Amino acid sequence: MTKESPTIGVLALQGAVREHAAALRSAGAAVEMVKWPGQLAGIDGLIIPGGESTTIGKLMVKYGFIQTIRDFAASGRPVYGSCAGLIAVAKKITEGSDPWLELMDIEARRNAFGRQQESFEAELDIPVLGATFTGIFIRAPWIEIAGPGVDVLAEFDGHKIMAREKNILVTAFHPELTNDTRIHEYFLSMINERTQ
Amino acid sequence: MAEEGTLRVKTGLAEMLKGGVIMDVTNAEQAKIAEDAGAVAVMALERVPSDIRAAGGVARMADPAIIENIMKTVSVPVMAKARIGHFAEARILESLGVDYIDESEVLTPADENNHINKWDYKVPFVCGARNLGEALRRIGEGAAMIRTKGEAGTGNVVEAVRHMRTITNEMRGLTVLGEEELMTAAKNMGAPFDLVRSVAKTGKLPVVNFAAGGIATPADAALMMMLGVDGVFVGSGIFKSTDPSSMAKSIVEATTHFNDAALVAKVSKGIGDPMRGMEISEIDEKDLLQTRGW
Repeated sequence: MTKESPTIGVLALQGAVREHAAALRSAGAAVEMVKWPGQLAGIDGLIIPGGESTTIGKLMVKYGFIQTIRDFAASGRPVYGSCAGLIAVAKKITEGSDPWLELMDIEARRNAFGRQQESFEAELDIPVLGATFTGIFIRAPWIEIAGPGVDVLAEFDGHKIMAREKNILVTAFHPELTNDTRIHEYFLSMINERTQ
Repeated sequence: MAEEGTLRVKTGLAEMLKGGVIMDVTNAEQAKIAEDAGAVAVMALERVPSDIRAAGGVARMADPAIIENIMKTVSVPVMAKARIGHFAEARILESLGVDYIDESEVLTPADENNHINKWDYKVPFVCGARNLGEALRRIGEGAAMIRTKGEAGTGNVVEAVRHMRTITNEMRGLTVLGEEELMTAAKNMGAPFDLVRSVAKTGKLPVVNFAAGGIATPADAALMMMLGVDGVFVGSGIFKSTDPSSMAKSIVEATTHFNDAALVAKVSKGIGDPMRGMEISEIDEKDLLQTRGW
């Protein structure tokens, strides 16, 4: 089944929801704000946005999202987590709480780059985009350990900050806070890979 | 090359807090309760606003030891309040490594004429506003986030509603003005021209806007969200209720699902009594907190 314009859900429990929605729309996708697990049935891909990971995690548990999102990912449909979303999909969290979704074979370190005053922006070299990309890192995590099946797509300062394992994509930074939609376009291309 | 403390990084944290609840806490135990209830951040202060109101005297920045203890205890962002114009308190808070500073009318102002030059800091600031002119003046001084002032410590949402409606109406008003009318608008509201122009074009503030001041129940939080705020601060409303943990969790859910009245009804059940409220007209004008700052 191929569709002209895919519908991407943005998990709308808390965080930078509308920025992801805007970036997806300008990249040519239809957007659904996902507030309940039942909505996952009608979407082609899911974004777990940046926000406060403990808040998003608690609400995912409370509303029954954990198993639904695992089933969604197991069906092969793509999931993209940025910042808090990276933490949400990780198999393990370094020195911290229990993991949430365990979709990706990575260990995530929360607030790895420091507190807000250490938050920064930097030009990143991202070979899959074929050029540099401005990364905005806010109390950002990094990938402490990536499993053998994980493709590390970008590093900064020796730390893994963008990666993909099959249909799961993560960034430690926030492309939705820039006007640059190339990472959202890359995510949309993951849907096309699946339907081809 | 990494660049820290940029405007995008400062406003970006506020973007990440959207749809969430920021809770006032006075010690590490309360901070833990707030975090466990799903707060997106905590605000460290010496006394919650209703106690400040009751105690009178001068209200100042919290003890750095308490702030550090809270920072050690929770993983969510920690904000702290500095007095209006008290740039030494702000520097102290910055040196402690807090994630956001609230230049707050809840504390006793240190300068009746000037707010802090917030551009000069790596740490971002949130400031209160009663109307659009005040919001834009604070943004002009470098605030990376705005909140309504409301009337803190009253458990009465009426002033927060007034401030949010005022800001929304004034923004809407700007969008229908001709370019030649914008300078007059800027003059009349005492706001920087470039910011007035930007609001006239986009119809919204260039930074995130939260509700604060008098929010005491899940329904209050839902009301403010429906009026268009990006998230809510709850001050005395949590720890002056009879069951803080339940109240905190319910306000978090009501903020996420503000449009779902059945859910807000469900989470409003069996959560103890909210803080006792105060009628604003019974407060002496000189005791109003919202008139501090300009």
